[in-house]
Amino acid sequence: MGDFLNNWGLSIPTFLPIIGAAVMLLIPKEREQLHKLIALATTVAVAVFGVLLLIQFVDNDNYGALNFVVDKGWIDVIDSRYIMGVDGISLPLMLLTMLIVPLCVIYSWNHFPKPHNPKAFLMLLLILETGMIGTFAAQDLILFFVFFEVVLLPMYFMIGVWGGENRRYAAIKFFLFTLFGSALMLVSFLALYFLADPVMVGGELARTFDMRLLPEAAAGIAKSSQVWVFGGMFLGFGIKVPMFPFHTWLPDAHTEAPTVGSVILAAVLLKLGTYGFVRIAIPILPEAAAEWAPFIGLLAVIGIIYGALGCLAQRDLKRLVAFSSVAHMGFVMLGIATLTDFGINAAVFGMVAHGLITGMLFFLAGSVKDRYHTLDMSRLGGLLVQAPRMGWILGFCAMASLGLPGLAGFWGEFPAILASYNPAEVLAEETFRSYMVVAALGTVLAAGYLLWMLQKTAFGAPREEFANNPGIRDATVSEYMAWAPLLILILLLGVYPQLLFGATDPAVINSLSDCLDSATSGACFDAAAGK
Amino acid sequence: MLNTIIAAEPSGTAVAASGWFLENAWLIWLFPAVSFLVILLFGKRFPRGGSEVGIAAVGTSFVFGLLTAIQWISEVEGAGGEGAGGEYTLGASGLAAEGEASGGVSALTRSITWLTNGAEAIGAGIMIDGLAVMMIFVVTLVSLLVHVYSTDYVAGDRRYTHFFAFLSLFTASMLFFVTASTTLQMLVGWELVGVCSFALIGHWWEQKPNSDAALKAFFTNRVGDMGLIIGVSILFFGAGTFDVIGVNEAAINGSMSHTVTLAAALCLTAAVMSKSGQFFLHTWLPDAMAGPTPVSALIHAATMVVAGVFMVARLYGVFFEGFTIGGASVNLLALIGGLTTLVGATLAFVQNDIKRVLAYSTVSQLGYMVLALGVGAWTAALFHLFTHAFFKACLFLGSGSVSHAVHSFDMKKNMGGLRKAMPHTYRTFMIAAVALAGLPIFSGFWSKDEILVGTGGWGLLGGTGANGAYTAMLAMGMVTAALTGAYMTRVVYLTFFGEYRGHGTPHESGPRITVPLWILAGLATVAGFINFPAGFQLVPASWEEKFFHWVEPVGTSYFPAVKHATPSWSLAIVSVVVALIGIGAAYRYYFVRVGAVSPAATERPDGLTAKSSLARLGHRILVNKYYLDWLYTTVIVGFVKGPLARAAYWTNQNIIDRVVNEAGTRSVQAGNIVYHKVDQLVVDGIVNATGKISDSSGEELRRIQTGKVQQYAAIMFIAATILAGIFIIVI
Repeated sequence: MGDFLNNWGLSIPTFLPIIGAAVMLLIPKEREQLHKLIALATTVAVAVFGVLLLIQFVDNDNYGALNFVVDKGWIDVIDSRYIMGVDGISLPLMLLTMLIVPLCVIYSWNHFPKPHNPKAFLMLLLILETGMIGTFAAQDLILFFVFFEVVLLPMYFMIGVWGGENRRYAAIKFFLFTLFGSALMLVSFLALYFLADPVMVGGELARTFDMRLLPEAAAGIAKSSQVWVFGGMFLGFGIKVPMFPFHTWLPDAHTEAPTVGSVILAAVLLKLGTYGFVRIAIPILPEAAAEWAPFIGLLAVIGIIYGALGCLAQRDLKRLVAFSSVAHMGFVMLGIATLTDFGINAAVFGMVAHGLITGMLFFLAGSVKDRYHTLDMSRLGGLLVQAPRMGWILGFCAMASLGLPGLAGFWGEFPAILASYNPAEVLAEETFRSYMVVAALGTVLAAGYLLWMLQKTAFGAPREEFANNPGIRDATVSEYMAWAPLLILILLLGVYPQLLFGATDPAVINSLSDCLDSATSGACFDAAAGK
Repeated sequence: MLNTIIAAEPSGTAVAASGWFLENAWLIWLFPAVSFLVILLFGKRFPRGGSEVGIAAVGTSFVFGLLTAIQWISEVEGAGGEGAGGEYTLGASGLAAEGEASGGVSALTRSITWLTNGAEAIGAGIMIDGLAVMMIFVVTLVSLLVHVYSTDYVAGDRRYTHFFAFLSLFTASMLFFVTASTTLQMLVGWELVGVCSFALIGHWWEQKPNSDAALKAFFTNRVGDMGLIIGVSILFFGAGTFDVIGVNEAAINGSMSHTVTLAAALCLTAAVMSKSGQFFLHTWLPDAMAGPTPVSALIHAATMVVAGVFMVARLYGVFFEGFTIGGASVNLLALIGGLTTLVGATLAFVQNDIKRVLAYSTVSQLGYMVLALGVGAWTAALFHLFTHAFFKACLFLGSGSVSHAVHSFDMKKNMGGLRKAMPHTYRTFMIAAVALAGLPIFSGFWSKDEILVGTGGWGLLGGTGANGAYTAMLAMGMVTAALTGAYMTRVVYLTFFGEYRGHGTPHESGPRITVPLWILAGLATVAGFINFPAGFQLVPASWEEKFFHWVEPVGTSYFPAVKHATPSWSLAIVSVVVALIGIGAAYRYYFVRVGAVSPAATERPDGLTAKSSLARLGHRILVNKYYLDWLYTTVIVGFVKGPLARAAYWTNQNIIDRVVNEAGTRSVQAGNIVYHKVDQLVVDGIVNATGKISDSSGEELRRIQTGKVQQYAAIMFIAATILAGIFIIVI
């Protein structure tokens, strides 16, 4: 079992969904039930693989290093190799993906959005899954880039075909925006390839895209060039996150996307950007990261406040949740910008927590829309009367989202704020301490918009137009099945955060200490919190 | 990983108690936590809707708490028997070694790893000492009584089960908070009690005012929580730990610089202001009365609102050193406390809702506690917390009993003359009111007097040896003593005297309401005896200052060197006289002059406000609550929610997004040119590839595939290649 996993543990779950999609391609689209079953079986099989990987991880207890590494020749001409591997940073995100996708299949079971067509919808979902898992597993920049881009098209079609009124505009905006970032990211990757020192691969010196070797190889790049290269990645990843002021695609994409699309977008796609920072940009170019960090931190806190204000101005429930993502990802980016292990751990935790919580909120928004056929909060109200369980779940998620301790959101938010009190030594303390205060103010605003949302939708009595509507019922079985794992995880991670920190911490320390070794001036980050 | 700390045996004294209850005090919060889940999931299936589960859990916690307290007291007494040997310590610090400690008993701590971050294990655990034990006693006892009371009070409520679930969760969170061994845990407990308070204030959320009040409470507390989050962060980096003991030690021994300590103390003060209803963040507390009355008694009088006081007491090293409380005559904490006590007492005068009077009274009394901590009278503050919990809970539950009978909280419209109809409620209310007014021998007298002495502003025949000369605080405390007597006289008159002004015939409440009232009234009477001042010759020396002895961690490494003022007969007499003047003035106005108008009257037509325009102005200011609500709700929140949020959103849609759209349009134009003139080959390739995918995906896909995106993709990749080329050539 161990050998099998070591060799195939990553490749199989990565490509299984695409095989499932290929099988579905051969079956006529009228056989909807079969399509659903194939999609479910495939995604569940992937999830089972995820569990096996997790068990193996726990067994090995080596979260700091890459596990299940596969390293094979791929495109020899450009020295790009097929390298896969996961460590404690990518594992939680990968598992999150493997969990969310089957839940999305279950949730859609009986209500596929217009124009229906489960075959195409589920195939896109499966292709998406391959892209997402692959991105988290790839350890070669070109491989990473390919997976990163694979994600783009299915999501484009999902929004463009199954979306709301204004879907085409939103879809194209999403596509172009991210593509623009990707292009610059690719430029940076190529620059790294050409500028970094050649490394020994198989006994001879060669240029490389190997993410494991690049931190050392890139140390020789002149700092001024590093800053430029980092800039390209910053745009590529920053747009995906999305950071202020590149966020405007997000509310539109979320508002127009079908429920499942929004869930995947929030839960996983946004994390590809932050993951890129943590996995690629910072370890490979630490000195440039230190130059950029104050700026990133500034954009992060602007995003926190700005996103919150955007929320306060919303009348549409889904758009509100979308804007809240801008604010929450601001906390994640603030954690990253501190360049401390503390902050980056918080960021990874924040990514997972945001994935669970905001994913849940989008599910809820979708279900509210199903029942009321509107998301205008001035028309909603009394959800707790008409669908009490759903109302309570909404309340629970709102509390989690505003960072209530004891629920998962807190452990992404508070340590990020904490870390910005004491950023890496190269960074100016005063700057980051001001960010800290602003970020703390963001928690107040978060309470504001989430509670007002709750008050408008859940409290009070139902409006007359919906008062006697039999279509408004409490959560259904498929909804419960899709939500229960997320709700349980939100609580579990909140009560015992070590479950996640235990995995991320060694990996974060490892990736930062790599950069410590390579940083010539010793200007890299101090690892220890609490001095 | 359990870092169990074993209780060191004092040499020679046979303390056989293994300290099992001390070591396992985490069970005390676990019971109600489990009960919360049970009630939430299965509550409705129980014959009494889950209330019996809550009562059983809190009852068990109470028994455990009591046993813990007994064990603690026996440990302390045992150590006291040893004299100043100092060998006897409990606890992880181990710093209370010979010489350093003089008979002090350190807290017992136990913890597990909660999370690791930066290779540093951050623990969570329990810290049990006199302070924790005292809080456990208060919380579990009041909670238990409130549970029993509620089975009658909220009987038949549409969310009966849910109500008890949240009572359990609140009790668990509060106990978690008071037994926390780290500041991080305190933060968690702090916010959890806040959310329970939110849920219970908004218990009847169908009505908008209730949910508004709930939101206001949560929101105001969040403002203070900002301070807590930042303060805890500062302390973490200043002291290098979240441990309460470590943080205090760092503050006391100076390893944390004074600037850092001061900054942390200032931030934490903001948190105290919101949670403990201190001026000028107190405005949520009176509104919180929208919740059911048992909730007001438990959460907004006896326990949750004192969380801020507890936090200051817990981290007293930080506050004492940060504000340099010793040897000064004013500091922020004392000033806020002093102002709050006055603001609360004055506002209590103009309320017609009986619960709101009590709410402002709570604000005022919390001000006393914060004032006491601000002047260094640590024990006095905690002692007042202790006594206040009983008499204020009694008053609230009494007001609930009254409203149960008259179906209203409005004293002027629906009460009056109830002393005959509700004898138990009347008597218990009177006892608690007298205790609140601070008349001897009732509990409030002893604790309030100790606070006044502790200010060190007296110094006439005793009252010396305090931490500084806080004369201004003494004056504020004195004025409040008079005001307190006066507004309580008003409440008692309007509720129980004169003539009944409501509808129907009010009846006394049942035993599940009156028995808790009598228990609390009994405690309100005798609770003060636990801390007889030394040197008054009232009782044998071995009965004196027991509370001080059991609760204050004197001589431990984590408690600052506070001084203790000597008691003063003269001050005690003066403060009683002052309170009597307040009572007398109000008595003359209500019982004599208003009563003379007619038995049903509630005020005189020729009152002061009718005669003097200055008085009218003052009255208007008070009725408008010093305009603070207007400032917060209308000005600040209104601005952020309205113009500011709209402006930000406008910027988003019309500036940032316009740039994006503009860029899109322009690139389409540029793209068309490039497409037609530069490079068709690559485009074709990609168009074909995408075409294949979309062919299989039905009508819609084909319609959307207008070619624009493909062009774009191509252009982007070309651009990327060119840019990459330039890049490489340039650098």
